[in-house]
Amino acid sequence: MNLVYAFAIAAQMGCGIYLLLSRHVVRVVLGILLLSAATNLLIFVSGGLINTAPPVISAGSETLGDQAANPLPQALILTAIVIGFALVAFAAALVLKTYRALGSVFTDHHNAAEAMGSPFVEESSNG
Amino acid sequence: MAEFFAQTALLWPLGIPIAAAALCAALWSSPRAQRTASMAGLVLTLVASLLLLSQVLSDGIQVKQFGAWAAPFGISFMADPFGAAMVVISSLLALAAGVFGFADLRQRQVRSGFHPLFQGLTVGVNGAFLTGDIFNLYVWFEVMLITTLGLITLDRTRAQLDGAMKYAVLNLFSTILFLMAIGLLYGVTGTLNMADLARVLPQTEASSALGVAAMMFLLAFGIKAGFFPLFFWLPASYHTASIVVSAVFAGLLTKVGVYACFRVFTLLFEVEDGGIRTIVALVAAGTMLFGVLGAAVQWDVRRILSFHIISQIGYILLGLAIATPLALAGAIFYIIHHIIVKANLFFIAGAIHRATGTYDLRKAGGLMRSSPLLALLFLIPALSLAGIPPMSGFWAKFMVIDASFRGDAAWLAAVALFVGLLTVFSMSKIWIEAFWKEPPRAVERVRKVPLAMTAPIAVLCAVTVAIGFNPEPLIAFAGQAAETMGDRALFIAAVLQERHIAGATQ
Repeated sequence: MNLVYAFAIAAQMGCGIYLLLSRHVVRVVLGILLLSAATNLLIFVSGGLINTAPPVISAGSETLGDQAANPLPQALILTAIVIGFALVAFAAALVLKTYRALGSVFTDHHNAAEAMGSPFVEESSNG
Repeated sequence: MAEFFAQTALLWPLGIPIAAAALCAALWSSPRAQRTASMAGLVLTLVASLLLLSQVLSDGIQVKQFGAWAAPFGISFMADPFGAAMVVISSLLALAAGVFGFADLRQRQVRSGFHPLFQGLTVGVNGAFLTGDIFNLYVWFEVMLITTLGLITLDRTRAQLDGAMKYAVLNLFSTILFLMAIGLLYGVTGTLNMADLARVLPQTEASSALGVAAMMFLLAFGIKAGFFPLFFWLPASYHTASIVVSAVFAGLLTKVGVYACFRVFTLLFEVEDGGIRTIVALVAAGTMLFGVLGAAVQWDVRRILSFHIISQIGYILLGLAIATPLALAGAIFYIIHHIIVKANLFFIAGAIHRATGTYDLRKAGGLMRSSPLLALLFLIPALSLAGIPPMSGFWAKFMVIDASFRGDAAWLAAVALFVGLLTVFSMSKIWIEAFWKEPPRAVERVRKVPLAMTAPIAVLCAVTVAIGFNPEPLIAFAGQAAETMGDRALFIAAVLQERHIAGATQ
């Protein structure tokens, strides 16, 4: 089971890295998305994949039983999903705004920042 | 009342900026009220952090368990001398930036949400310095990331959007690596509390998962801090932001990455393990050298200074590469000195822009005649950055270079000294072009630099000079902080007081 997950995560991360290396900024954002999803799976797997009971403390006892699942990885993943969602949403908005301002989705046309004060650009802007 | 504050001292440097951020957001329609709330928040945060530092110095490591969940199950917050000092220095810098903002911030930037975002950044930075839980550290990194993205794109100019894009992608990648490392570490050890990890990890058998996790931590923090082959996002984005924002980024953000690196590689992993020391040493040398070389060809003051952030990070990393108590003390001294000096140089860049109307050194000039006070104030942090006695930078460089000679790393000391020489070159370039030479355009309307700009610059200069002429207390403090930082037993004893509960994670 672990091995199946390992291959699935590896494939997903591979796709993520491939997209991240693209010049197209939308692909870059999709790459980030895939990578963060794969990371969540990684945490899930490293929490241990075993058949267990739900982590509910039964009436009368104070601690979880031996067979109960570990709830912590799920809490971690939930936090990571929320954070990842917010950041990817921001990145998508940033891509849209960048496209409107710079007129291109290709990173080789995005050089407004590095042109400032560059010795290779004659008259630079002062943004 | 006093007892209540003493018990909750750890929470105020976080609680006050959170409250100030909420208040500023609630006062969205009134920029003036936002400014008042923001300034009040910054002053109170500084006071709270000073109280925390004094408490840490008198009573040792401070620990707070959130929700009264005993460690290692709940989220612990802890403050050792190093962390508390970082909180103090970042609060001081935030306050200086707030005052500078009086003169520099435009109405439009305030309307884009400068104040709530700035307070949010303070929360993230202080949280990262005070947390004792590795996953919680990740959360604070994300808080910092989202607020910094908002702050970079305050004006939404072409350059800012371009810079923000690079900043966002590489920093998102770095936090993903960080999260993966946490996942692997949790898989091996089953705990996330840093003190508990410090207890469990030495007993854990070395495995490939642990090695990969250590490397991923180094890589993730390396991107954040701007280590040698990973720094390219930094000089592509920092200079585009408004100058108050740039100054705070330059002073604080990379240092949070360095801080996290120091924590992880003193408390959790050893630099001796698995050739980490060699990697860190090579990275430190590369960071110093390529940062300073990158600065040499640039003409924009802010880009020159951005490249110098990187080269100075190399010096701090030198301390971790040697990893003797002396070297760590030097690194702590260096961080404190560097935060003040680097932010101050960015403030001065803002003043140069105000006086000459440009950041481009080719178009600036004549400031020596028009604003002699500014010229004097530039000289102090510039000489300090280059390490000329009697400024604070001299002692900082002296400590790390002395430590590398004693730690049998003379080649690192040689690189450090050579880079110091090249730093003088960059600083004299700014001096000659902006202050010394005649203005290139004859009809230049000289604009006065307002007091709200000069005052924070002068205060930070005074701190630099004070450290330079009286380094003894800070050196003693850095020594103490380094000793505490390297002593795992102290953290374990402070955080995991209830031994029987701690044993349950076995």
